[in-house]
This record gives sequence, C-alpha cells and structure tokens, in this order.
Amino acid sequence: MTAIPQTRPYVNFFDEKRGFMSWLVTEDHKRIALLYFYAVMGFFIVAFVLGLTMRLELIAPGATILDPQTYNEIFTLHGVIMIFLFIIPGIPAIFGNFALPMLIGAPDVAFPKLNLISWYLYVLGGLMALSTLLYGDGPADTGWTFYAPYSVKTGTNVTVAVLAAFVLGFSSILTGLNFIVTMHQMRAPGMTWFKMPLFPWALYATAWIQVLATPIIGITLLMIVAERTLGIGLFDPALGGDPVLYQHLFWIYSHPAVYIMALPAMGIVSETIPVFVKKSIFGYKVIVYSSLAIAFIGYFVWGHHMFTSGMSGPARVIFSVLTFLVAIPSAIKVFNWIATLYKGSIDIKPPLLYSLAFIFQFAIGGLTGLVVGALATDIHVHDTYFVVGHFHYVMFGGTGFAFFGALHYYYPKIWGRMYNLKWANIAFAIFFIGFNLVYFPMLVLGMMGMPRRYYDYLPEFTLPNLISTIGSWVLAIGLIIMIVNLIRGRKGPKASTNPWGSVTLDWTHTQSPPSLYNFDETPQVERGPYDYRNYEQYLQEHNKN
Amino acid sequence: MTSTTLSHAHPVHFDAYGKKLGMWIFLFTEVLLFGGLFLVYATYRFLNHDAFHTGSAQLNVVMGAINTVVLLTSSLTVAMSITALQRGDSKRAINLIMWTLLLAGTFMFNKYYEWYTKWEHGLFPGMEHYKELSPGESQFFNLYYFMTGLHAIHIIVGSILLMVVAYYIKKGTINQKRYTYLENGGLYWHLVDVIWIYLFPLFYLII
Repeated sequence: MTAIPQTRPYVNFFDEKRGFMSWLVTEDHKRIALLYFYAVMGFFIVAFVLGLTMRLELIAPGATILDPQTYNEIFTLHGVIMIFLFIIPGIPAIFGNFALPMLIGAPDVAFPKLNLISWYLYVLGGLMALSTLLYGDGPADTGWTFYAPYSVKTGTNVTVAVLAAFVLGFSSILTGLNFIVTMHQMRAPGMTWFKMPLFPWALYATAWIQVLATPIIGITLLMIVAERTLGIGLFDPALGGDPVLYQHLFWIYSHPAVYIMALPAMGIVSETIPVFVKKSIFGYKVIVYSSLAIAFIGYFVWGHHMFTSGMSGPARVIFSVLTFLVAIPSAIKVFNWIATLYKGSIDIKPPLLYSLAFIFQFAIGGLTGLVVGALATDIHVHDTYFVVGHFHYVMFGGTGFAFFGALHYYYPKIWGRMYNLKWANIAFAIFFIGFNLVYFPMLVLGMMGMPRRYYDYLPEFTLPNLISTIGSWVLAIGLIIMIVNLIRGRKGPKASTNPWGSVTLDWTHTQSPPSLYNFDETPQVERGPYDYRNYEQYLQEHNKN
Repeated sequence: MTSTTLSHAHPVHFDAYGKKLGMWIFLFTEVLLFGGLFLVYATYRFLNHDAFHTGSAQLNVVMGAINTVVLLTSSLTVAMSITALQRGDSKRAINLIMWTLLLAGTFMFNKYYEWYTKWEHGLFPGMEHYKELSPGESQFFNLYYFMTGLHAIHIIVGSILLMVVAYYIKKGTINQKRYTYLENGGLYWHLVDVIWIYLFPLFYLII
C-alpha cells in the first residue's frame, strides 16, 4: 500500500468534514456504516412495533384490535422488514463496514463508491417496502415468502414489495462482493489468511453466500413480477406452471440466507469472547473451517422447508440428512466458545453478556431446528408456533442479540464515549428475560398444536399467549432502556482508545473515533489476532492514548 | 463509477487485479441469475416434453443462427478493442467498440423482428391465440419471452457500459496503462454472449 501522509495531526472521521451533504456523498466506510446504522435502526423500530401489535392482537382469543386482513398484512410487513432490512444487512453492513477494514489493517473497503451505492439501494428498497402501506389495496398479505399461486392472485401491493426485495438483494450482493475483494486485496502486510480475525472470516463466508445465493431469489421475484404484470404465468397451475417449483426456488436462496443472518453474528461472538476472557480463542482454525462449512452445506438443505409440500421420499431423507450435517459445524463453534471461556479470567461486560445470551438462545434455536429438520417430528409441528418460536430463537435470540452486543462492543470505538455500564447490564437483563418470555411459550404452543399466521386461536391456547404478550412488553421496556442509555452515552465520559483491552488491530492501532484512513501508517502484523500472551506489555507498547 | 474512482482521494493505489476480481464475482451472480431460469426450463421441459417440441418447431432457426453469428462476432470485436488499447491505439479501440455496438444493434433488430412476427400471429403473452396454447406450450413461450427478454435487457445494459467506456477512452482516463474498465466491460459482453450460446440451442435446436 502507498504511504499515508505521516505528518497529519489526528482528526477523527466525524470532524474530517462537516455538514449534511458530506454524509450523503461520503466514501468513508465508517460513515457509510453509520448511515446504515441509522437506517437499519429506523426500520427495526417500525418492524418491532408491528411485532408488538401482533402480540397485542393475540393477547386473548377472538378479534381484539385487528381484523384478519390487517393482521395478515402486518405479519407480512413485519417479516419483510425484519428479514430484508434488519437481520440480513444488520451486522455485515453496519459493523462489518465499520470494523472490517480496521480488523485487517486497511484504510477502507476495496470499492468505496460501490459501498455508498449499496446504501442508496438499501434505502430505496426500504422506502419501496414501506410505500406499500400508502396506496392501492394495502400492503402484501402473503407472508414474507410470497408463495405462488396466492402471491400472483392477491390484489394487494405484492409487485412493489417483491421489487423492494429485489433491490435489497442487489444491495446485499454488492456489499458481499465488496467485502470479498477487500479481504483478498487489502490485508495489511503480514496478515496471512490464517492471521485474519474471525469476524472478517465470518463475513467472508457470508459474502460468498450473498453473492452466490441472492441472484436466485432475484430471478424468482422477477418471475412473480412478470406473472403479475405481463401475464407470463410461470407458476400458474392453469398454464402448466408448478407452484412447488416456486417454493424450491424461493428456499434455494432463503435457506442460505439464514446463514447470511447467522454467520456474521457468530463472527461477533468469536470476536468478543476472547477479549473478555483474555485468552486465545479455542480452535481458531476449526472455527474458520466451520464458517466455510456452514456456508457450503447450507446451500444444499433448502428442501427441509418443504417436507409437507409434496416431495419424493428419498429427496426428503436426503434433505433431512444434510440438515443434520449443517448442525455439526454450528455445534462445533458453540463448544469452541465454551472451551474458550474455560479457565479464562472472565470479565462480565455488556458485550460479553450479549454473546453469552447468544450461545444460550442460539443453542435452543439450533436444537429446535433439528426437531423441525427431522422428518417425523416436522410433520407434527410444521406450520405451528413451534416454528415461529424456533426461528425467533435463532434470528432474534441469536443474531439480534449479537447485533446489540456488537453495538455495545464497538460503541466506544465509533463515538469515543462510554455508555453507563450499570444501566447497560440492567437493560440487558430485562431484554433477555423479555425475549424468553415472548418466545418460549411459542415453542409450547406449537407442541400443543396452535397453527401460525392466524389472528385468532382456540381458548385452550390462552395462557401461553398471554404470557407471551406480557413478555413482549418486558422486551420493549428492555429495548427502550438500552436505547436511552446508549443515546445518553453520547455525552458520557470519554472512552480510552482500547477500553476492553483487545489485541486486534481495530483497537490497538487506531484512535477512538478513528481518523479518516484509520491508521497513521500501514500496520505490520506479526501476532495472531487473539494472542493474549503478555498482552498487557503489548498494549502498553502499541496503544494510542 | 468509472471516471471518479480513478481520481478518488483514498490513499490506495489503483488495484487492477482487485477490480477484475470484483467483475468476475459479479459475473458469477449473473450466471446464477440465469441459472435459476435454466432450472425452471429443465423442470418444465421434463414435465412437458412433447409440448416443448411443438413450441420449439415454431421458432425460426435461421434467424437464431444469424443472431448467434452476429453476437459471436461482436465478442471478437470487443476482444480486439482491448488488444488495440493495450497497444496504445485508442482510436482503433473506440472504432472496434462502435463495431460491437453496431452488431448489438443488429442482434436487437433481429430479436425485435422475431418477437414482432410472433406478435402478428397472436403468439404474445396476453393475446388471444396465446391463451389457447396447451399448458406445456404456454410454458415454453413463457420461458422463451422471459429468458430472451432478460437477455435483451442485458444486451442493452452491456451496450450502455461499452458506450461509457468508449467515452472515457476518448477522454483519456481509460488508456494504455489503465485499461481494466475496458477489460471489465468486455468481460460483461462475453458473458452476455455466453448466455446466448446456451439460450440458442435450448429454444431453437433441441427437439
């Protein structure tokens, strides 16, 4: 890499340029990360409120606050926003964008302009999705899966919703492409592939799924649009089309997408745990290979969403076996994290709490995943609340918690200030209790046989539903306390450049907040990313003040 | 993107290899985009073998063959333009891009003619005759219009890319030392070509 001007005094990336316009045309990966952050949080809060509304409707049997059609529209919009606008871009586009270049010792990503274009596509897709609320016959009521033939027959705004998902897919592909090239071309001298920290590794595996799986959903959604607007009835049974083929195409993307959501979160957990136990990660290479294995095997398991849709017996057995296979690398990671904690000097701080909650909740989500991945039990719980509980444990209890863990972890690096740790812990505790109160009863309800996607239920399901709805209020209170604490933290005490005592480059070799090009000079990497031998001496030599 | 990246202020040298790597990864996504359609084609062909046979017989093989030759020639001219630029002859490079665009126009004209004759016979989505087709045949023509239509959109996008590249060659920002953007444009053009090479036998030749 070319020399960076040495004599430049330290100016953080906020002060580098001022004014609203400087943000809208920025090519700085850290500013783009923050642009993503505010947009993603905005959409998250919208979808969170939609979720609360659904829970409120389900507080008691019968219609309470919503009519059935509105309920269908709300759960569709909740799913579309949470999946395409929060979980998929959340960790990669915000924390990946912010930290990846610093973790590998680079001044920026490989294609800064493309990075900004990705953000604009993201915002465009988000606004398209929200716009479906405003005109025509209301937002899509198909569920986020847009299953044919209903999605080509309903009068609601499916076309725009589907095009929104297409645009968001484009944004996701460009981010993935950008990250792959960044990691291939811009690692600092001395940083071999196996000296790269695990969050970049997780992003690398994720990026390949984004690049190789997203086009399939792109073309599938375009086929839906063509069917609705041009009369090219590719999935219409009356014209010889096959709706089950749509389900295949949809899940060929949407199951790997689950790993687009989970892998970066696992990266965050691998990144935070060694920092708070001051110990090298257990089985670094195994975690790397697990990430790659999840990305690879995850591509071939989509059929397990369709065990009841009409598939041949052998196909179902193969998909079930592959589903069990993909659980192995995930489990390996869980064991590695726990082994890392063993005999470490554990320092309980908010980011670690979120990571521990991830392990706990992801384990529940993963094991219930095997229940729905096994043929016989899946027939029993298919399309019940068990499935809703399962994927919320993985997506929210796993990825959502890792997202907020990453926010607490990188907070002092991004803003150079520290939030109130005590209140962060309290918020975490309430959030954690609330989460389990909402979703654990759903697992029970599913076992009892309550079907998903209805605004109403039989009287015998009342108690668990009531607990779940009360839990949703606890969850909301936890979230509000967390957000207020983080906003107040902006005026909190100045944080040191490395408050957690990490030895990765993002903390040791940059200021808080970082300067425009992150590093004063290109770092030379000699140590492994989690080498905590004599780390106190190392930090004294390298830390900036 | 093309012009400004060359002058962007980040302290990173011009990474030709990285830009080409990025382009290749983008081409993977294009292959998979059409890959989804090939999967649908394979399924429906398997389910409606005879109907696909009847549908295929109604396409004009001569027109398809001419278009194949035209598109292959355009790939040649774009490759020649890269060599010309590498040798420093930017005028010839632009000329060869113009030839490529002319061939692309020829392709699009033939395609338009083919679609138009189908339209005249009422064989177009939404028209009367189209609704009378058997389910299998209608799937053949659904796929025919969707896949060749999407391919045509790619021809248009590729042509615009090449026009932008030609403009910057004329301006001198893409030159003998920095020809990666032309190379990437050429790569995209070859991809569009390769996809057609699969579409042609699938719709016109296999009986």
